[in-house]
Amino acid sequence: MSLFGLFKPRNATAPVARERLQILLAHERVALGPDNLIAVLRDEILATIAKHVEIAPDAVKVTMGQQGAVSTLEIDVDIPTEKIAAGLARQAPAKAVA
Amino acid sequence: MSKVVVVTSGKGGVGKTTSTAALGAALARAGNRVCVVDFDVGLRNLDLVMGAERRVVYDLINVANGDAKLAQALIRDKRVDTLSLLAASQTRDKDALSEEGVARVVDELRGLFDYVLCDSPAGIERGALLAMRFADEAVVVTNPEVSSVRDSDRIIGLLDSKTLRAEQGQRLQKQLLLTRFDPGRASRGEMLGVADVLEILSIPLLGIVPESEEILRASNIGAPITINAATSQAGRSYEDAARRLMGESVPMLVPGEKKSLLNRILGRRAAA
Repeated sequence: MSLFGLFKPRNATAPVARERLQILLAHERVALGPDNLIAVLRDEILATIAKHVEIAPDAVKVTMGQQGAVSTLEIDVDIPTEKIAAGLARQAPAKAVA
Repeated sequence: MSKVVVVTSGKGGVGKTTSTAALGAALARAGNRVCVVDFDVGLRNLDLVMGAERRVVYDLINVANGDAKLAQALIRDKRVDTLSLLAASQTRDKDALSEEGVARVVDELRGLFDYVLCDSPAGIERGALLAMRFADEAVVVTNPEVSSVRDSDRIIGLLDSKTLRAEQGQRLQKQLLLTRFDPGRASRGEMLGVADVLEILSIPLLGIVPESEEILRASNIGAPITINAATSQAGRSYEDAARRLMGESVPMLVPGEKKSLLNRILGRRAAA
């Protein structure tokens, strides 16, 4: 142990607190904020997909994350392949008319 | 022009009631007509901190429901005659307070006082929302501690969405009052610093109140610290904060700037 080690603060936990809060609040502000961006995005994405494919209301998952300085928006849509085929088949005659 | 200020925090025990009493007394001593209003229905304490617990006859709910006149319920402070208190009720029925009733009371208070300070209950329930509902400004009381900062962030979100001003698209000034601050621990990196909290919450700073024995002493005897120990460090912090609330520009002193040589060395190391 060096002599300088004696002067080093043993409990410099404030930077940890700051980082944890910054990550947590970036997430919570979006999830709980007045605009509720995630809920709005999820509903609109769901509505758009539902116009073309039969889809369960819980098949769209929208999550927001943060890694360092970069925020990520992750959209996860769960659609069974047979439904996509059926949806395309339904659309085909409509296209022919147009 | 009358100003309605909500003193709020989300988290309990951070110093809302102490701060309401201290800011109210400081504003009144500066010559303003001030009313401090306790919104903590069921768990009233502002009367106790103000030393008026034996003088409560009628309360906020009595006035809001029209069972008593405002003049009957207002308790004038015996030390500062421009300071009045409107106590909370001790009823267990949290729904006893209606929004229309509160609107009427706040409106009437605006006509009588320069400052109406609303002491919010903890939490984000009905009582807290009613306390902030008609505010023109907010004082967000925060301790330099993770759960308090998180809850303050949540409250700031509610101030921006659930107040009448926000709904009407008007600006609601929000300022941070950092309480129970320990400069020594902050400089050693053991406690969130002033800059950390400001950066995270990103609202302007109204004041920094150091952790102080004087505060407990003041509440023990039922006197706001700005009356009982106005020259103590915490007392001065509240006096300065009150002057900033009045729109004066007062230089911000970080408590405990006078540091020992050893502390200075340790502080630099933590900052580096």
